[in-house]
Amino acid sequence: MDSTWAALYIFLLAAFTGYEVISRVPVILHTPLMSGSNFVHGVVLVGAMVVLGHADTALERAIGFIGVVLGAANAAGGYAVTERMLEMFERKPKGGQ
Amino acid sequence: MDTFVQLVYFLTALVFILGLRRMSAPGTARSGIVWAGLAMAAATLVTFLTPDMQNFGLMLVAIVLGTVVAWVAAKRVAMTDMPQMVAVYNGMGGGAAGSIAAVELLRGEFESTGLMALAVLGALIGAVSFAGSLMAFAKLQGLISSRPLIFPAQRPFNLAVLLVAVGVGVWLLRDDAAAFILLFFVAALAFGVLVTLPIGGGDMPVVISLFNALTGLAVGFEGFAIGNAALIVAGTVVGAAGTLLTVLMARAMNRSIASVVLGGFGVEQAGGEVKGSLKPIEVEDAAVLLGYASKVIFVPGYGMAVAQAQHKLRELSDLLESKGVEVKYAIHPVAGRMPGHMNVLLAEAGVAYEKLYDLEEINPEFPTADVAVVIGANDVVNPAAHRQGSPLYGMPILDVDKAQNAIVIKRGQGKGFAGVENELFYAENTRMLYGDAQNVLGKLVQALKRL
Repeated sequence: MDSTWAALYIFLLAAFTGYEVISRVPVILHTPLMSGSNFVHGVVLVGAMVVLGHADTALERAIGFIGVVLGAANAAGGYAVTERMLEMFERKPKGGQ
Repeated sequence: MDTFVQLVYFLTALVFILGLRRMSAPGTARSGIVWAGLAMAAATLVTFLTPDMQNFGLMLVAIVLGTVVAWVAAKRVAMTDMPQMVAVYNGMGGGAAGSIAAVELLRGEFESTGLMALAVLGALIGAVSFAGSLMAFAKLQGLISSRPLIFPAQRPFNLAVLLVAVGVGVWLLRDDAAAFILLFFVAALAFGVLVTLPIGGGDMPVVISLFNALTGLAVGFEGFAIGNAALIVAGTVVGAAGTLLTVLMARAMNRSIASVVLGGFGVEQAGGEVKGSLKPIEVEDAAVLLGYASKVIFVPGYGMAVAQAQHKLRELSDLLESKGVEVKYAIHPVAGRMPGHMNVLLAEAGVAYEKLYDLEEINPEFPTADVAVVIGANDVVNPAAHRQGSPLYGMPILDVDKAQNAIVIKRGQGKGFAGVENELFYAENTRMLYGDAQNVLGKLVQALKRL
């Protein structure tokens, strides 16, 4: 099978997976889940690293550098925000400060 | 070595999916983000082992810089500002996807025109998401006005800018001169800004969710362009999940995605005179009303979030309970600026979950409540939503107007986000308590203690 077709199948299955994973989610989890999926696309960091790793000219390095900074911020910030939100859901109902 | 890297990417993709699955149920949500976090760390570390790479020093500096700044900012920011933090980090992801595409376009070493087209498409979506998310951040953070910004011929103008971006993008497939790449990104970024301008603050959660889905898609497309399976799977899963989440959010607010994206909601003033007058009440009288009630329902809204009044609210409700008053909280699905916003804030203040009630559960109880206290909520308690022709028509609301008495804590006499006069405020059994929510609740606590 041609790799273009394989890629299309991956795209199809991944899209379906994303849809299935989220259906039937309670309203109170909409925001944390948005934040969580925001964190997951922080994996763009990995792609930016590979691109910077293969950059040759100064301009490519500069843009690659920006890409890695932004990707790392997406991943780290996304994680910290999501974790802070979900921390609240773990607390026992009777707990106070 | 490359096999090992690919294996870790494969496992990362798997754990991301399982993590998202866990995040969609309250009991397992916390563990879901921890799983995903560990997978992300593993994928990042293993990427250093990718064959034939250079610039490691630069890479490390960039990672540390991005991580530290984002981490500190995310830990410091108040819970009420979480929505705009999601927006800003999402924008950065879009920017990263755009950067990947920019470098690849400059190198011009694509294996096929198809892959190049995907890189360009991902860059367009990523750049729009980047600029749009930063605009959403600026609006929610109050750096620019959160009112919809409308100018003549706005939609044709925006469409023209989009067509320029798409046109230049297509042209790039034939001639990838640096000048065209630059023009392409400028047009895409401009469109991201322009499309967000006419959208008001209240619709921002839906828009941020939409940009989140778009960033996911952009990441997925760039994954195809550079042949990275982790990006393809994670990006596509988020693209699909984010799209569904956007639809669910819009539905919870009774708004269509098209009407949100086209913007302008809340600009036109709704006509129709409201009968009655606003009747103010003093803190002492309000305290008496509350202190001698047998059942009180609190209705928190965005005003509570802005004033950071959730801790004072809990103090007040503890005090009332110690006096034998039954206290419940009515949570509208879109009270605040995001679905679940109030739940998060009240949980932060230590209010027990079982006192928080959904719209369907609490609405039948309002007639039996002696007092309903509205804290900085407006549109979600406006009975105009029951009347055909109102801009709010059809939105499910909390039936505060059915309570024996209503006290509305409000900063001023302004209208809600929708720009519609609230008939509840003019009702016979409604009293207005003006002031900053935290301040007013503090005074109520003092007055109750003296009772």
